[in-house]
Amino acid sequence: MNKELVEKIKNDPNYQELVSKRNGFAVKLSIAMLVVYFTFILTIAFNPSALGTPISADSVTTIGIPIGIAVIIFAFILTGIYTKRANSEFDDLNNKIKNSIKDN
Amino acid sequence: MNRIFTFLILSCVVLFAAGAIEGEIAKQDLNMSAIVMFLIFVGGTLGITYWAAKRTKSAKDFYTAGGGITGFQNGMAIAGDYMSAASFLGISGLVYLKGYDGLIYSIGFLVGWPIILFMIAEPLRNLGKYTFADVASYRLRQTPIRTLAASGSIATVILYLIAQMVGSGKLIQLLFGLEYEIAVILVGVLMILYVTFGGMLATTWVQIIKAFLLLSGATFMAVAVMAHYDFNFGALFSHATELKGIEIMSPGGLVSDPISAISLAVALMFGTAGLPHILMRFFTVSDAKEARKSVFYATGFIGYFYILTFIIGFGAIVMVFQNPQYLDLAKQAIDGGSPILGGNNMAAIHLSHAVGGDFFLGFISAVAFATILAVVSGLTLAGASAISHDLYASVIKKGNVDSLKEMKVSKIATVVLGIVAIIMGIMFEKQNIAFVVGLAFAIAASANFPILFLSMYWKKLTTRGAVIGGSLGLATAILLVILGPIVWVQILGNAEAIFPYKYPALFSVTVAFVGIWFFSITDSSHNAEEEREAFEAQFIRSQTGIGAEGASEH
Repeated sequence: MNKELVEKIKNDPNYQELVSKRNGFAVKLSIAMLVVYFTFILTIAFNPSALGTPISADSVTTIGIPIGIAVIIFAFILTGIYTKRANSEFDDLNNKIKNSIKDN
Repeated sequence: MNRIFTFLILSCVVLFAAGAIEGEIAKQDLNMSAIVMFLIFVGGTLGITYWAAKRTKSAKDFYTAGGGITGFQNGMAIAGDYMSAASFLGISGLVYLKGYDGLIYSIGFLVGWPIILFMIAEPLRNLGKYTFADVASYRLRQTPIRTLAASGSIATVILYLIAQMVGSGKLIQLLFGLEYEIAVILVGVLMILYVTFGGMLATTWVQIIKAFLLLSGATFMAVAVMAHYDFNFGALFSHATELKGIEIMSPGGLVSDPISAISLAVALMFGTAGLPHILMRFFTVSDAKEARKSVFYATGFIGYFYILTFIIGFGAIVMVFQNPQYLDLAKQAIDGGSPILGGNNMAAIHLSHAVGGDFFLGFISAVAFATILAVVSGLTLAGASAISHDLYASVIKKGNVDSLKEMKVSKIATVVLGIVAIIMGIMFEKQNIAFVVGLAFAIAASANFPILFLSMYWKKLTTRGAVIGGSLGLATAILLVILGPIVWVQILGNAEAIFPYKYPALFSVTVAFVGIWFFSITDSSHNAEEEREAFEAQFIRSQTGIGAEGASEH
């Protein structure tokens, strides 16, 4: 990639939009995942009995079980949200950038 | 070459059959359906290898299957790589042993995936060709960066291989009554065949088929267990607690203190993003879009699989624990308690017999065996490509090597790694395989991940920073593993560990990041200036894919 092309793409508003939107989105989703997971694992570390609370008085099932399963499902949903937006919005922007350099 | 291949297949089948006969003498309840299914799988996959061998003509074919795998196929293959024997047998064994702790462990293994998707997958695909070192060394000096990245890869691969080999040895030992050593050798030989002849194409298809079989088998087991309790989880759990006590429903000793908890989390999250055999899979798809889809599908399959493993572990508590059929009487006579044949990691295997009889035991055993073969093949391919593509072609030959010669070196490296895996598998027989994988993750998180991540996103990274910081991370991880409770106490037999935590990642990852940061910002060389300037062009390519490697033409 030569200097001229680098400058051209760098100044392309579509590129700037792609980078800021995508990376902002990726960071937000990453933080969401990290917060959920670290809350889960630190609860276990600091207060293990919290997750050992039964879901109801006459049940042996603890709230830790649905919470654990929910963390797994949450991780999958996040990947789905990102992939959906990236495959449409981000790829459209990216195609505009690619087309604009083809014109030269 | 085809003749050699046919010969190897035949000798392998003979070796296998001979082993089976020997097993029959040693064990009376030999399971014919298991053996037949083993042989069908081995025959089928060797057939795929033969087919793939004819299509593997260049180094690109060998390393990346030509780059033409679809996102769905790759997602399945990634899930296959990840749903290893350690996951299937180790985590279901951990759930069987400790209940809820097994779920904590598997969640840790899963949550790295979204991060990989958001941060790593697309830039990796857009910048790399065959190995993650391609990305790390994109704008840095080739020789030092590749040497370090290859060391990190090889260390990770060998540790991970140990875990797989131990699982395979125990499994085949249990099923065939074969000697542990012979079982390990058998796996090593088959794996060498797949990889040297079929390269990435064979490895990927073996992985896809195995992932499908494993998910089907595990689904059947989980459904069978739940059907037994009218699909009422409460009933399953209350029966399990009657047998093992109420504590299996709560977090136990897996993460007893905050430092261990965070350290395990760091190891699993960043470690996943630094596993060379996983990273390599992103080069088998045609572009960033397919790379993205790969992770989406993979996360779904893996998450679903972990939920199944949890049910399977509890199923084993209610159907295998204290069941005289699976009791290891010899061990019970010495140690007391209710040990099961083959150890806790065999809980899922026994459960398959409990729910589906001999035939289903045969199926699950064959699948577990397939799992090991597929995973060790992927690992070995990643290790071999670090040796041939990074060390041989880029460091020793400075890039002046033709594709065929490079491929030949990969094949030699595969054979060597296969032999190393066999030797290590025998040495590590008595270790808990889930923890050995934890150690591999620590190294991947401390050496591979920081360099890869910062090379993609941090402009000021320089060769000096990456090499010194990355080496410090690698050395810290290895040192703390050696001084930690597992190696220092359990293996070396010392009374007390010098480093008290089982998971060193928190410390070693921090050392790596701080080291890379410090030695980069203080680097005022001319070289460093050029490396910073080259970032912009690299970043544009990583974001847009302009100039990225495409799929091969054929």
